[in-house]
Amino acid sequence: MPAVGTNVPRKDSTEKVTGTARYVDDLVFPGMLHARTIRSTIPRGRIRDVRLSFDRAGFTIIDHRDVTGRNVVALIEDDQPLLAEREIRHVAEPILLLAHEDLDTLRRARVDIDYEPLEPLFDPTRSTQLLKDLRIVKGDVEQALAGAEVVVEGEYRTGHQEQLYIEPNGVIAVPENGGVTVHGSLQCPFYVHKALRIALGLPDDRIRVVQTETGGGFGGKEEYPSVIAAHAALLALKAKRPVKLIYDRLEDMLATTKRHPSIVRHRTGVTRDGRLVAMDIEVLMDGGAYVTLSPVVLSRGAIHAAGPYRCDHVRIEARAVGTNTPPNGAFRGFGAPQTQFAVEVQMERIAEALSMDPARLRELNALRPGDTTATGQRVEADCSALQVLQQAVERSDFHGKRERYAGTNRGIGLSLFFHGAGFTGSGEVKLASRAALCTTERGVRILVGSAEIGQGTRTMHAQIVADSLGIPYEDVETGLPDTSNVPDSGPTVASRTCMVVGGILQRCASDLRERIGDMHPREHFTKHGATVVTKEYEPPHGIAWDDDTYRGDAYATYAWACDVAEVEMDPDTYEIRPIHFTAVQDIGKAIHPVLVAGQIEGGTAQGIGYALIEEVVMREGAMANAQMTNYLVPTTLDTPTMDVVIVETPSHHGPFGAKGVGEMPIDGPAPAIVNAIRHLGLDIRQIPATPERIAEAACVSA
Amino acid sequence: MRTAAAALDLVRPKSVEQALRAMADDPSLVPIAGCTDVFVGLNAGTFPGTRFLDLWPLEELREIGIRNGAIAIGALATHAMIQESAAVTSRIPILAAACREIGGIQIQNRGTLGGNVANGSPAGDTLPVLAVADAVVVLRSASGERRVPFNAFFTGYRTTVRRPDELIVAFELPPIVDVQWFRKVGTRAAQAISKVVMAVVGGERPRIAVGSVGPTVIRCTKTEAAIAGGATFDEASHILEAEVQPIDDIRSTASYRRRVCGNLLRRFGADTGR
Repeated sequence: MPAVGTNVPRKDSTEKVTGTARYVDDLVFPGMLHARTIRSTIPRGRIRDVRLSFDRAGFTIIDHRDVTGRNVVALIEDDQPLLAEREIRHVAEPILLLAHEDLDTLRRARVDIDYEPLEPLFDPTRSTQLLKDLRIVKGDVEQALAGAEVVVEGEYRTGHQEQLYIEPNGVIAVPENGGVTVHGSLQCPFYVHKALRIALGLPDDRIRVVQTETGGGFGGKEEYPSVIAAHAALLALKAKRPVKLIYDRLEDMLATTKRHPSIVRHRTGVTRDGRLVAMDIEVLMDGGAYVTLSPVVLSRGAIHAAGPYRCDHVRIEARAVGTNTPPNGAFRGFGAPQTQFAVEVQMERIAEALSMDPARLRELNALRPGDTTATGQRVEADCSALQVLQQAVERSDFHGKRERYAGTNRGIGLSLFFHGAGFTGSGEVKLASRAALCTTERGVRILVGSAEIGQGTRTMHAQIVADSLGIPYEDVETGLPDTSNVPDSGPTVASRTCMVVGGILQRCASDLRERIGDMHPREHFTKHGATVVTKEYEPPHGIAWDDDTYRGDAYATYAWACDVAEVEMDPDTYEIRPIHFTAVQDIGKAIHPVLVAGQIEGGTAQGIGYALIEEVVMREGAMANAQMTNYLVPTTLDTPTMDVVIVETPSHHGPFGAKGVGEMPIDGPAPAIVNAIRHLGLDIRQIPATPERIAEAACVSA
Repeated sequence: MRTAAAALDLVRPKSVEQALRAMADDPSLVPIAGCTDVFVGLNAGTFPGTRFLDLWPLEELREIGIRNGAIAIGALATHAMIQESAAVTSRIPILAAACREIGGIQIQNRGTLGGNVANGSPAGDTLPVLAVADAVVVLRSASGERRVPFNAFFTGYRTTVRRPDELIVAFELPPIVDVQWFRKVGTRAAQAISKVVMAVVGGERPRIAVGSVGPTVIRCTKTEAAIAGGATFDEASHILEAEVQPIDDIRSTASYRRRVCGNLLRRFGADTGR
């Protein structure tokens, strides 16, 4: 019986349901020390003096001078120190590391730091520190705008968002084999491996990174674990003992990355009958104090900024700039939720300006197979923007409700959106990911660097391998990645784990099948011992991308979706309550339909939080509400009934036709909700659309 | 960062008398019960106290009964117990409603009415109800017992008339004959700290109390007087918006809170047919 397309039991379910799965804080090593990070309390300045006001007996203490390799967090640029030397660029910047075997003694240790404060900068529009800029040009925007019958302008703002994975960041570093092994809650074991090599100055084979069961990531464990792993490793190597470094919730919220705030400006030219003739878009993202992943977040944001629409003249100018807040980083959607919020609210305002039905406006302009995107990519037969739109409109009775809700305290709005699967541009070629299969006495074992972070990596990979080999799902073994025995499959990000890594695994399986003939791999193992097949990513034919001009095929393919939000406003409190949600999402093929529906429902709930509730309050460059009592995410009572429709238009790029599903669901809810609020007559152009902002808008429109 | 546990002391009395003696001997003792807010502070390393008196096992402070026509609620009655009490739900359903809005079920099983009051947060959800109920706070110390009107209990932001040697042992709530109304406004549908929380009692002698709009819960006496004097609820709402003293903080804005106060009073008027 095929496994793909069925809801097989999760590979990790028994351990997680029975509580036997071990997370990093469950692990104890003999002689283990606990660690603590001493952080800056000012947003900008210089360190004058560091005084240790405690008895140093039993403590291991580290500052920047103890970094044995290079004092950098190795990522895109090497601008971020592991430990501040003199200059402070943000609150909560790590300065000193302490370790002690008694957690209480560690917590009581007092460190006083004197600073020479400097004027911080928090407003990205005033920043002169350019982290990255890029330009996407198609046709001639100025000329097309000049000739447009109607021009609509608008500015849209989005705030920070905290990933709020259930398990905070944490690692344990163990000195062994003349080097160090780091066990941790993380998404990208090989990113951490590389960062450790550079920070410690050790050769590859002296460093080992093992993922522990991970309680969620949402991108928040893409780059930050490199920092925390290097900190723990430096302490462990100095103390010659294992060191556990676990953040509590407050520290995690205060110090680690969040979604980039954005300001996006649109100037759109349209004909009176609603055809897009020119889209002029400026994207500004606040990267925080260091570069981290801002260039690639900006890139994905820019590529998605024109939405899933056909338009001959497009210009997208995008910049990420530095400010004195903790660095922003990866978060599910990776720039696309910000820019697609802007374009989808802009589309709604265009429909309003033309007195046109918003679904009709999108129908006219939605990309069809053969059309080109802003980067000039010709979308293939699997482009289903129009189908998902029509299906969502019909299924939700959009037009009927639009009429019935008019003049009541209910509103309905929609958003049409897309999401590129895998790394942007030439990213996958540069990554050159590998995956492997190994025959075992049970059947076959999957060897990948991809992390299970709750989304179902192990299960979905095992389904792909089982069916590709023609063996039962139960005969496929999976495990936690350990860099000493799995190939580098690239990071677990960018909705690439199914389409890209799953695709490599499928090729491994067909190669293995050729090698072992009709035999069950178990049988082959018994007769011939272990057979390992390793395959590397092969770029699809006919895909071309130019990093310099930002022209070409930005992604191998895209997933397409349409959300319809129905909301109700409390006239007394201005609270917007979503009452029903329709999500029609084409992800190529649902390898595991329940997991896919879970991704769509979860991403939608997180998107509802982004749209309405989740507000990071920054005061003097620090998150002032860094506690779960004050940074609130939706509960089940804030989440409406969801009608999730999975559409399967297969892509020839992914295994069994699959594309990415992890991120796209968070792109659509915010604009759909804000457009539903617009249906109530309220002009909202900034999220979160808190009751405070709604009250102000109601005041203006009253 | 979390407070180091070794820096903390805990005294566990076996009776109320023992607890009162301990408080008389050591005024630095912080009485604790459900600890639902104390733990948040300790977790963040911001709670100032280091010496605690654990009242949780003192069952005698957990009773809910009728005394001289008033409901007497022991200070250690949990929010869950109050919701289940027939005396409360039949006489002062808005108190049960307020308790239902505090945290989740775990918090309601631990948090107590005495704790909600002693903690002194202006956002405490039961406080507007106690204010409109004209409740009496029963304070006991080793040297005796005294009764303080709830509306004279708070003296400022998280400050009260309670002496360090005194324990809140009970609340007495006289019967409410007129229509009663309660509404909490938080950042999300459940498990949120109030941005505005309001209780109203109608009738000849209207009573209005609002939380999260000043340094303490406030009884809005000017607005009450206006309504008693025949003002419409629309007029009264404007008076209320001027009477409350909200601020901008990490949860909301002053202007939002003012408007919502006015709207809620109008809603009370509409709901109760005036």
